[in-house]
Amino acid sequence: MGQTPLDAINELREKKRLELHYRKGNEDKIEILIGMGSSGIASGAKNVLRTFNEILNERGITNVLIRRTGSLGLDHAEPTVEIKMTGMPDIIYGKVTQDVAQQIIEKHIIGKELVCGHIYDRPAQDVVKEPTHAL
Amino acid sequence: MPYKNFCLVCSGNQCESAKSEEIFKELKKTVTDLNLGQEIQVVKTGCFGLCTQGPIVKILPDETFYVGVDTGDVKAIIHEHIIGGQTIERLKFKGKAPGKDPRHYQKQIRIALRNCGVINPEDITEYIGRDGYAALGKAIFEMKPADVIEELRKSGLRGRGGAGFPTWLKWKFTHDVKDQSDEVYIVCNADEGDPGAYMDRSILEGDPQSVLEAMTLAGYACGSSKGYIYIRAEYPLAIERLYTAMSQAREYGLLGDNILGSGFNFDIEIRLGAGAFVCGEETALLASIEGERGMPRPRPPFPAVKGLWGKPTVINNVETYANIAQIILRGGDWFSQIGTEKSKGTKVFALTGKINNSGLVEVPMGTTLREIIYDIGGGIPKGKAFKAVQTGGPSGGVITADHLDTPIDYENLVALGSMMGSGGMIVMDEDDCIVDVTKFYLDFSVEESCGKCAPCRIGGRKMYNILNKITRGNGTMEDIQHLKALAVPMQKASLCGLGQAAPNPILSTLRYFEDEYLAHIQDKRCPAGVCKALVTYTIDPDICIGCTVCSRKCPNNCITGERKEPHFIDQERCIKCGICYKGCKFGAVKIA
Repeated sequence: MGQTPLDAINELREKKRLELHYRKGNEDKIEILIGMGSSGIASGAKNVLRTFNEILNERGITNVLIRRTGSLGLDHAEPTVEIKMTGMPDIIYGKVTQDVAQQIIEKHIIGKELVCGHIYDRPAQDVVKEPTHAL
Repeated sequence: MPYKNFCLVCSGNQCESAKSEEIFKELKKTVTDLNLGQEIQVVKTGCFGLCTQGPIVKILPDETFYVGVDTGDVKAIIHEHIIGGQTIERLKFKGKAPGKDPRHYQKQIRIALRNCGVINPEDITEYIGRDGYAALGKAIFEMKPADVIEELRKSGLRGRGGAGFPTWLKWKFTHDVKDQSDEVYIVCNADEGDPGAYMDRSILEGDPQSVLEAMTLAGYACGSSKGYIYIRAEYPLAIERLYTAMSQAREYGLLGDNILGSGFNFDIEIRLGAGAFVCGEETALLASIEGERGMPRPRPPFPAVKGLWGKPTVINNVETYANIAQIILRGGDWFSQIGTEKSKGTKVFALTGKINNSGLVEVPMGTTLREIIYDIGGGIPKGKAFKAVQTGGPSGGVITADHLDTPIDYENLVALGSMMGSGGMIVMDEDDCIVDVTKFYLDFSVEESCGKCAPCRIGGRKMYNILNKITRGNGTMEDIQHLKALAVPMQKASLCGLGQAAPNPILSTLRYFEDEYLAHIQDKRCPAGVCKALVTYTIDPDICIGCTVCSRKCPNNCITGERKEPHFIDQERCIKCGICYKGCKFGAVKIA
């Protein structure tokens, strides 16, 4: 191998870092992040997750990656969902019911317009630097 | 055809009342008139959490943030900004926070919560992709254990669990005596018990790897090979994710034997607690890990020298650990630039109670309560008046409106008679009775007392009984004296933090809200209308229109009156449930 375990981890980090923030090389990749801490789940995040899966399956949309994550801090607006896709700004939706989840797919993901009344702002500035260089 | 720009108009409570609806309509109209409907989408959003600055319009994708917008500004926004590409300086938000990124407006910085809501907590590669385990690699291969501790000293990090003891000093004590013992332990205190606090749970659920990495760092710095996470069994999701995180870390050679091929060994075990508040106290926690009943013991000796099974033990809170990897990675100097002179870095608060945007808030130390409650929390719902905020849980105290502009750090909170504690922040409005709230906290402390020492076991119960007497309208002026006479010795004589801090809510509320105690004692009146024994509900015949809602809702059928005639409450039979008060749309039901 000739590679120390630390090198392997560092290599993995660079690869993942770009994958997490850019997802370039796969232009039409769409990401849905669902806040699934205790409070998110208590307010119905599991149903939202299921709804997203069902509708995406029904419509045959395959370029979407659904990721589960912890609490965003916007607990008053749970369940929260963040949509990242090319051509659209990253948007955090709050108070996402199954109906809103449907609207997010129809309007935001397919129609490329925002869903009224459910947009919230990122709760805080992040200290982890995003890579600024291109691939 | 995708839109090129988005105008987001805040339609939270406060912005709505500041005519954000009109701005929304005006924007829509302007866009339609200019025939730009295909390029600009105007949408209403939820609250942005900057209510004191409303109405707010945010432009995407360039993330420009306009505050205090008036309908007259709409044309400028469309013509100058969107069409002309010129930012309108006079409307742009000018926050105090550093940096040029308009996201800074929220006055929050995420260090401990940096990965919460960003990564999948069950996938270690995502954590690694966000600087994860870079600090561990740096420490093991480039730094000596003493360097790690030195970096922590520079950072000024203090314990986020309560008292705020310097973290580096704890580590150093253990580091200095490690050679005298065959084993050293690293313990994580995840026994979060304060009512209304859930920072630690969220960190463990959203970013468990950060705690594992920091504990491993502590193991390296203090010469330990064994760590324990003490977590309450009520947190099943956090426990599950911790187990997943640990097994993934072992798989990648980041936990267990020969970490990163360096020859350094460290592994972690989870110990479940049954959810006793006193087990958050470090000596009681250690007793509980040992399999004993969770009761504190006198200190010194401190756990750093003589802890788990008599061996030197480093014990830190979850949130403290969550900061450590970033400090090692970016250096202590970076961390010490954030915060105030004596309190460095950020603090996570769980903002709950009578607040519009409840949730987790991570702000630099020195942020004022006003900024947290009004700018981030979005103010008090339903336009009610702010009364007080309870910080530090059952061990803390209340802070009043007079102190909203005090910068929050360890020292200032103690000076105000409260404390940082774990970071629960419960907001109260005019409908909350201070005596009742104090009774609630004392009840909690009495219930959770382990009973080992008399001041806590007996003193707490005595004080609770007095408060109970006052809320029932049987209080006398001597009771206030008794409360004070019991509280101060109890603070001094109790064995551990639970008993020492239990009287804090009483002392701080007596300090700021003595008049409310006096109203209960002298006037036999509860100003907030909470203490049932002191409340009477009456119907004002001049306001009542006889809609019969109250009489239909009354569970005890004690409201009488003809349709369209004033109604009347039978005081003898009234059970004071307040349903008539909440149900009356005309404000005819009065509390006295």
